[in-house]
Amino acid sequence: MPDLSPLWLTLRIACFATLFAFGFAVAFAWITARFSFWGRDLLDAILTLPLVMPPTVLGYYLIVVWGRNGWLGGWLNEHLGITLMFTWQGAVLAATVVAFPLLFKSARAAFEGVDTEYEKAARILGDNEMQVFFRITLPLAARGLVAGTMLAFARAMGDFGATLMVAGNIQGRTQTAAMAVFDAVQVGDYRLANTLVAIMSVVCVTILVMTNKLAARRQGGTRQ
Amino acid sequence: MRLEVDIRKTLRSGARRFELEASFSSQDDLTVIFGASGSGKSLTIQAIAGLVRPDSGRIVVGGEVLFDNSQGIDLPTRERNIGYLFQDYALFPHLTVRENIAYPLKKTWYFALLPGQHHEVEEIMAAFEITHLAESFPSELSGGQRQRVALARALIKKPSILLLDEPFSALDSMLRHRMRMELLEIRQKFAVPLVVITHDPADVEVFADTLVVFENGGVKEVDRRKQQPEPALANTWRQKVCWRAKWEQEQALAE
Repeated sequence: MPDLSPLWLTLRIACFATLFAFGFAVAFAWITARFSFWGRDLLDAILTLPLVMPPTVLGYYLIVVWGRNGWLGGWLNEHLGITLMFTWQGAVLAATVVAFPLLFKSARAAFEGVDTEYEKAARILGDNEMQVFFRITLPLAARGLVAGTMLAFARAMGDFGATLMVAGNIQGRTQTAAMAVFDAVQVGDYRLANTLVAIMSVVCVTILVMTNKLAARRQGGTRQ
Repeated sequence: MRLEVDIRKTLRSGARRFELEASFSSQDDLTVIFGASGSGKSLTIQAIAGLVRPDSGRIVVGGEVLFDNSQGIDLPTRERNIGYLFQDYALFPHLTVRENIAYPLKKTWYFALLPGQHHEVEEIMAAFEITHLAESFPSELSGGQRQRVALARALIKKPSILLLDEPFSALDSMLRHRMRMELLEIRQKFAVPLVVITHDPADVEVFADTLVVFENGGVKEVDRRKQQPEPALANTWRQKVCWRAKWEQEQALAE
């Protein structure tokens, strides 16, 4: 039986990364979809950047910010004695950043697709802004959010470059499935490579099929 | 019921500029705001509801000051206790008819109404004859059914005034006539003053105890039915826009 521990680590990293990416993406998507302000297009471009930048460049940026001597990483190291470099938490950071734009883009489109008239109606019916968001905007955008979350999860699972830069490729500690495949091919262990590739492929296809099914099944959730 | 509106608002969109200067009052329970599209009538009722903030002025409904910039009063939309019927009803598509109607009563995330509130929802659904639609989604309803659901939802919290934005424009002409009559009945049953926005002269005829005519962002004329000594002969807007008034006038002249 080939060593499947990288797979479990990958799932754990992808779960945390998707969770963090979701929180940030929903907040930024809502702000950019509902408010018009100076620099909005620039903010959108910066938030989408990880989608088009080479993962290694992204990893480099993360090291600059979160490394032991980085802007934030230095502070963390000095005051709390924590570093994210070469830890699985660092891999979560890299996967979060890589997955973020997919969620952000889907969420922004989903929020923009919610007719603001429903929100106005909710306000007239006595809702405050928080209630409007949770009772109207979020449920009506759910389809796009679920689809974005699934895609982000799949992307987080498959990251290679950024994770390698930040967390390294330490067997048993930070080696994700994508890296294990690389290593296996390098040393000619095609049995392990085939097993990991097959499992990853099945998981990704399942996620995509589920995304489509979920999107199609919701009743009454579309605009009139 | 007394409605007092005296507001100014400037809208800019690129090089275009629209100035609203609306000033009128109504003592009647049936008020019609009549005008072509782009005359500022929608903007005015949105300001009454609190969806649009005027640059300056004052809005008073039934003695309560909703907006007064000189006193720094601007009640948030949710506290204005106003009923509003949107042009295409704005029924929440992810909720059933029952959930839509119960929406204003329920303020928690999860769906749990008090027994008294359940009763209220059932009662209003019965009043509007939509009990059999309780579990349907808005997308499954006809135009007339949607309007009834929207009215039930707007009235369940007993608003101090009901604003209707082109309420019949989404309906075919047969249904339009029926819904006008239903709306008059509803007004009596729920004792709620109505303000109807329209560009349809037939609505003026049915609803305008007070008629406010809008043109180019301002009030052109305010006309009170009860103050008119005789319906015929006076050359007012009502005569111009109401076919029956016009017809009666022609008949009178012919005789």
